[in-house]
Amino acid sequence: MVVPFFDLENDPGSNFTSLLRKVGLDPFSYAHSGDGQSLQAPHGTTVLAVRYNDGVVMAGDRRATMGSRISNREMEKVVAADRHSGVAISGTAGVAMDMIKIFQLQLEHFEKLDGRPISLEGKANQLSQLVRANLSGAMQGLAVVPIFAGYDLLRSTGRLWDFDVTGGRYEEREFVATGSGGGPASTVLKVGFRPGMNADEAINLACRALWEAADVDSATGGPDVLRSIYPVVATITADGWERCEDNDLATRFETLVQQQRSQREGTTS
Amino acid sequence: MNQPFYVAPEQLMKDRADYARKGIARGRALVAVQYNDGIVVVAENTSNTLRKVSEIYDRIGFAGVGKYNEFDQLRRFGVRNADVRGYQYSRDDVEARSLANEYAQILGQTFTHDVKPYEVEILLAEVGVDQASDQLFHIMYDGTLMDERGLSVLGGDAESISERLRNSWKSDDDLGTAVKKCVSALSGPDRVLHAGDLEVAVLRRSEDRRCFQRFDDAEVAKLQE
Repeated sequence: MVVPFFDLENDPGSNFTSLLRKVGLDPFSYAHSGDGQSLQAPHGTTVLAVRYNDGVVMAGDRRATMGSRISNREMEKVVAADRHSGVAISGTAGVAMDMIKIFQLQLEHFEKLDGRPISLEGKANQLSQLVRANLSGAMQGLAVVPIFAGYDLLRSTGRLWDFDVTGGRYEEREFVATGSGGGPASTVLKVGFRPGMNADEAINLACRALWEAADVDSATGGPDVLRSIYPVVATITADGWERCEDNDLATRFETLVQQQRSQREGTTS
Repeated sequence: MNQPFYVAPEQLMKDRADYARKGIARGRALVAVQYNDGIVVVAENTSNTLRKVSEIYDRIGFAGVGKYNEFDQLRRFGVRNADVRGYQYSRDDVEARSLANEYAQILGQTFTHDVKPYEVEILLAEVGVDQASDQLFHIMYDGTLMDERGLSVLGGDAESISERLRNSWKSDDDLGTAVKKCVSALSGPDRVLHAGDLEVAVLRRSEDRRCFQRFDDAEVAKLQE
């Protein structure tokens, strides 16, 4: 594919998806249309984001399922969108991965062409347009529902958004969880959330929410001690995106297990 | 029908080349050199918003001298090309060499076929895994493509700047030393260039992904100390 030298009337500006369409690479065109019932594609599951005093924590389990079968144990559903924001996806894995890739490229493309990054709200808006562009895919059963969170450098605060399949964009004040285990995860977050938590408390809360989601939802993976696969947990602050080390997470989940064990022993004795 | 006057092709090309060279010589020069952790580009540029040096892709940087609107159009072309290629294939498949060839084609075509040639010279730099695999492509207004080793000088007065730089430059200099040498080569013996007159950016080899980094005036002043 050769990118032409655009004249003024045809110039796609700083938008990467418009550029792709101009060169005949529409990322969301589905040649086949039919009902999605017969189509089986891997799905991703519980992802969440929580606000705390310095920014936001994002977390997601690593399991992808196809029907009742585990199709992947180490999928990364929470990724950095750029230095100060992250995106988490639940829904059809293949479409979601491509959407993330385009979203990351869109942010980088704009930053390079315009010489400055898009504002955090602008990024959320861009993502909502990508979700809407996939509406025909969603009608065929290939829905993608992301969470977007980041640190707003203009307002010096963490912010988070969830979306619906039509591209609807809703900013949340405290936390958000989505995917098949989103229900139990939300409950844990709702009960455990308090304003002004520090990073440590927020990470623990996120781990707890994933743990409980994995406990009731078969499509959500818990920490896999045998293979050393832990959920993706990351913080986004003024200093940017930082992913938690697996060792750190291993200790946190170990503590969580011990707490639950001693609670259990307390009730049986 | 009116017949145009016959002009010898030699004369036509010479006139165009003179025109382009004059345009380029009006602007300020820039230099790029290897240092111990990558490639540094130092440009004389008083503007803080209209950039001469910028990022194309993970390991590729762009620099232009001459008419701003013309080299900026080429820069945008480069970013688009690289991003679409990286999307379609892989990030590893985006390389400076093929883009440099595209640039050479565009500049060469315009030089021979259009009314007016581009009044620009551009540099495409790619930082490799080690110094031997670094690449500096210098592309002239007429599409001449040069693959340069170690250092590259673009713009008016390139010859004397290049001579000064070659006498002092070493590929294993640290960043501060390299910047100081570039600045004194740019300024010559009779002038002093301050941070506000300069635009400095690096392609840092040790970076994981996006190697390009631009320095603000305060950081440039610190490097010059």
